[in-house]
Amino acid sequence: MSDNKTHADHGAHSAEHFREKHLMLDPLPRGQMNDMVMESMLEKPTWKFWIIFAFLSVVVAYFLFYKWGVLIAKGQGEAGVMRPDYWGIFLVNTVFWIGISHAGTFISAILRVFKAEFRRPFTRAAELMTTFGLVQAGFSIFMHLGRVWLFYWLMPYPNQRMLWPNLHSPLTWDLLAITTYLLSSTMYLFLPLIPDMAMARDRSTGWRKNFYRILALGFRGTEGEWTHLRNAMNIFAFAIIPVMFSVHTIVSWDFAAATRPGWSSTIFGPYFIVGALHSGMGAAAIVLAVIQGTMKHMKYFVRGEHFDAIGKLMLIISMAWAYFFFNDYMVQWYGGDKWTQQMLHFHEAGPLGWMWFAMLICNIAIPWAILWNARWRATPWLIATVGIAINIGMWFERYIIIPISVTINRMPFTWRLYQPGIEVPMGIGTVALFILLYMAASKLIPLIPVWEVQEGQMAHELKKFGRETVVSVSELE
Amino acid sequence: MIRPEEIKLSSEENGKWGMVIDQDICTGCQACVAACAMENNISFVGEEDSGYGRAMHWIRIERFWEGEYPEVKMTPRQPMLCQQCGHATCEPVCPAFATVHSQAEQLNLQVYNRCVGTRYCANNCPYQVRAFNWRDYQRPEPLSNQLNPDVTVRRMGVMEKCTFCIQRIHKAQDQAKAEGREVQDGEFTTACAQACPASAIVFGRVDNPESLVSQLAHKGHGVKHLEELGTLPNVTYFKGG
Repeated sequence: MSDNKTHADHGAHSAEHFREKHLMLDPLPRGQMNDMVMESMLEKPTWKFWIIFAFLSVVVAYFLFYKWGVLIAKGQGEAGVMRPDYWGIFLVNTVFWIGISHAGTFISAILRVFKAEFRRPFTRAAELMTTFGLVQAGFSIFMHLGRVWLFYWLMPYPNQRMLWPNLHSPLTWDLLAITTYLLSSTMYLFLPLIPDMAMARDRSTGWRKNFYRILALGFRGTEGEWTHLRNAMNIFAFAIIPVMFSVHTIVSWDFAAATRPGWSSTIFGPYFIVGALHSGMGAAAIVLAVIQGTMKHMKYFVRGEHFDAIGKLMLIISMAWAYFFFNDYMVQWYGGDKWTQQMLHFHEAGPLGWMWFAMLICNIAIPWAILWNARWRATPWLIATVGIAINIGMWFERYIIIPISVTINRMPFTWRLYQPGIEVPMGIGTVALFILLYMAASKLIPLIPVWEVQEGQMAHELKKFGRETVVSVSELE
Repeated sequence: MIRPEEIKLSSEENGKWGMVIDQDICTGCQACVAACAMENNISFVGEEDSGYGRAMHWIRIERFWEGEYPEVKMTPRQPMLCQQCGHATCEPVCPAFATVHSQAEQLNLQVYNRCVGTRYCANNCPYQVRAFNWRDYQRPEPLSNQLNPDVTVRRMGVMEKCTFCIQRIHKAQDQAKAEGREVQDGEFTTACAQACPASAIVFGRVDNPESLVSQLAHKGHGVKHLEELGTLPNVTYFKGG
């Protein structure tokens, strides 16, 4: 963790510089840090918080639940779907939200396994994105069903007629994969939360004390408890990585296993995973910038170095996405199938060609133009803007893959352009619900895994060798 | 006409009902479309939804033009209906087993009351011949008085498609069984074939060398749509003599 620019400096100035830049080298007394996290959570919400909260609640109630009632009562005709676009924005949103949910696992599991120290303060913020994103994905896929009240027919449950779901269908794989991911990511969110719940239990009163007491599961911090917790977290961190990769691969098989031109592409599995990480890291940057800008004491926990690290990941993932996009396009174009060629031409030169170009600008041009610069990477508002651009670009990408691609099929008589209907307000409703759940969570659970930060700080040390200040890290766990 | 003994049946054709459509004599009168809707209780969708690609027809007449104005030439009309594929792409993708292959009739069946409306089957159908009940459509008077009692009335949120008039197949089979004989060729036909004034549609057993449909289908110059996908369609088209 040495910094080239500070090598020339020496003595107190250098140590000071390290402390300012790196959370791991800037320890505070444990009691004080615990109090800071508690304060950031218990801080009385401002009137702005309540206005946004009330507004989002109205949006959720009207756009998500009331409109959903209308959709159920009047049928899928309220949405824009028709022949040949049987799948519309509901499926776009499902893929989009599952994509967002990938960042949480990526940050907290992969970076944990690789012992990337910068992850420590924001693993929980990312894991919450996973769980809340999957809730929106689940809502979106159920909105799409023609007879949603019979959704349980897609589940394997014992019944008198001995009917099981069709295991040949990619949708059945999808349902099993998403359910597995939701359950395992929720457990993985909960495990590192236990010590923080115990910390909150010891520092709160009233109903909160009971709430935290129940969630802390009687955690006291004995050595045996820590050992068990660490073992469980290790198992989950390794086990959830293949689950995460399988989920978006299986989502991509919904398309890749079909016979549609433009869908039947063997590269879709890794292409979708990289796309998911792309939008997920973008969303993580937005969430971190908002947390740092709005919550008390967060400027101590979330620093430029964290945005810098996320920015580097965003840049690498953007390059990987560009490669997979090019690969997918090139192989399909080279195949020379006349329907696929028509479809590719329709992407760029059709009535929604602007979306294709906007996708490339948002996913490639903007990240590459901004994220190469270390100072810009460390600027929260700028990196959040890049995150927003990436998410818009990735939403366009899914829109191009689903409703725009299926416009072109092998029966030219049926070609017709999709015009969204009730999907638009309901999609906005899922965004509002995501933000609403996040706002509520920020007041109920510590967003900073404070014990993880303290553990990291204990392992890091600044040592002086002559005039040189160096960082030493002891092996953890 | 090909002689019955010259027909070589492949094992894939065993027990199959098939159809032959002669595009050269199709006049595009849409009588098949109307007859199909009457026979199979297909919903009346209305002008607005119909214009937006939600028309519910189990058979449709496609027509295309060739060339640029003023040198425009119309190509023969193409009645398009479910091809009752032997290896259907719609069947494996249904998560609820609502789209299944019948062993008895060798047809693709849609189990209406099992359908939850994921619409994956329609997405995966290369012929785009499946119709979804986007709403609970009302049947204006006097259409409401002519429902066929042999056919289920479908509700909102359910996929449906051509069945080769399976209710007529079963009626003929029951009748023949009661009389202790086999179903004869030409004893019954589908609503579309029955209504066609030009007799452009012929229906029957393709595995019976004596039947008209078998003799036409094995004549050699017929084409099957999108056969290259390996769907083994059961409808043969004649075009250009």
